[in-house]
Amino acid sequence: METIVFALLNGVIYGLLLFMLSSGLTLIFSMMGVLNFAHASFYMLGAYFAFTISGSSSFWIALFIAPVLVGLVGAVVERYGLRKVHANGHVAELLFTFGLAYLIEEVVKIVYGKTSVDYRIPDLLDFPAFTIYGASFPAYRIFMLFVAIGMLVGLWVLLKKTRAGLIIQAALTHPHMVGHLGHNVPLIFMTVFGIGCALAGLAGVIGGNIFVTDPAMAVQMGPIVFVVVVVGGIGSLEGAFLASLLIGLLQNFAVGISASFGEIFGFLGLSTTSELGSITISSLAPMLPFLLLVLMLIFRPRGLMGEQEL
Amino acid sequence: MTEPMLSVKDLHAFYGKSHVLRGVNMEIMPGEVIALLGRNGVGRSTTAKAIMGEVAPKGEITFKGKPIAGLESHQIARMGLGYVPESRDIFPTMTVRQNLVLGVKDMKNPGKYSIDQMLDMFPNLRARADNPAGVLSGGEKQMLTMCRTLMGDPELIIIDEPTEGLAPKIVQQIGDTIAEIAKTGVAILLVEQKLSIALRIANRVYVMGHGEIVYGGTPAEFATRDDVKKEWLEV
Repeated sequence: METIVFALLNGVIYGLLLFMLSSGLTLIFSMMGVLNFAHASFYMLGAYFAFTISGSSSFWIALFIAPVLVGLVGAVVERYGLRKVHANGHVAELLFTFGLAYLIEEVVKIVYGKTSVDYRIPDLLDFPAFTIYGASFPAYRIFMLFVAIGMLVGLWVLLKKTRAGLIIQAALTHPHMVGHLGHNVPLIFMTVFGIGCALAGLAGVIGGNIFVTDPAMAVQMGPIVFVVVVVGGIGSLEGAFLASLLIGLLQNFAVGISASFGEIFGFLGLSTTSELGSITISSLAPMLPFLLLVLMLIFRPRGLMGEQEL
Repeated sequence: MTEPMLSVKDLHAFYGKSHVLRGVNMEIMPGEVIALLGRNGVGRSTTAKAIMGEVAPKGEITFKGKPIAGLESHQIARMGLGYVPESRDIFPTMTVRQNLVLGVKDMKNPGKYSIDQMLDMFPNLRARADNPAGVLSGGEKQMLTMCRTLMGDPELIIIDEPTEGLAPKIVQQIGDTIAEIAKTGVAILLVEQKLSIALRIANRVYVMGHGEIVYGGTPAEFATRDDVKKEWLEV
């Protein structure tokens, strides 16, 4: 029972963290028309900025300042990099973000070193929130849940309930017309890119200390975020939300299942000591999102809620 | 003599290597309604796009005495130039009311129309105010696009092919609407193929051929020029 409760909670929390990354990537895709390969690098920057800021002041200050800084870096990248490259087409944009991802990784290695840094969860939240059947659930994960829900509500209110949100949505689909109505579309795009990066940065701030903050974290997270965006349906925020939760839950439930193929298919004569029979379901967890990606592209190329096929 | 509101001198535009506008010259006075006529493909819509900054213009374009060629489209719009494109470009997933809200350039200094006043003027749109704009008919979409542009309080509106693809009865309604807009003192550059609409509303007529203006005159004078109609308009 506690396995199910914990897998459910961890799955939802991980899913919401994925949504923090994929929501920004989805908005930026709608704007650029191509996937931003450097998106997870902003997640990494969020974690490293938070590590530095919390070292000199506190985690709570880092929680607010680091995403803003990452957003500003994103805005500068859009204003002085992508906007110029955009004129040369999608391939140039794609290659630009590809190069940027490596550039950020190398800069991080030079500044912080090649190994992980000691970015820890704050002492204030370093206690068990509750205990079920003898197993305790960390308070920090509950905090992550609240931050993620706060971000979700904030993004929803911004996009659906404010005039600025309406202008952003219209600019993503009809940039020329929005310009003719007197709205500064280049500024809107810079803001969207900045907000998208800031959300990724926020995910880095709250995720970097519970996972690992090292120069490989962007490369590890990047492909999963792409899976979320494609499975959800490229360009669809609702789809990205569903896919984030789906993949979060799928991975966490799979990790919790220690049964092997041999135990499950023993009635077919499969031995638990054979090579195939000794494989456990939990060992398949890292593979599942990519399996989902491949199956999705074959059977439903527009994703769960997307409008265009890839 | 008053200064022209919009002045276009020797305007050229290109699509790749194709030289589409070959020296367009025109003037629009404040409050004037101009019909820009011509066959398909002569560069009427490109003229509109070049003025609005959607196609890179070469030449001189001034609006209220200030050069606008090369400005970003939002800067041109904020000077008081409204644009209703041929593609209409409503925001289909947003409601009619939300579409109108986006027409307001600055909520702190809204234009002379409130959304309610606009919906009073167009009862069809009021009935659908909270429906997604994507479900409107072609005529209603055209009305909405014009209303949305009016919400930005423009002094001159360029309306590109407003009756394209609409039923004759709706064409009549759109013509009435444009006439009503003109009565409020807003200058209009109407890119139109249907002579009946254009001649009913316009104070002056320009005819385009091969990327330049080939005729300019009043509707009464134009009515007598069968040679112009035959050479540049009849198919």
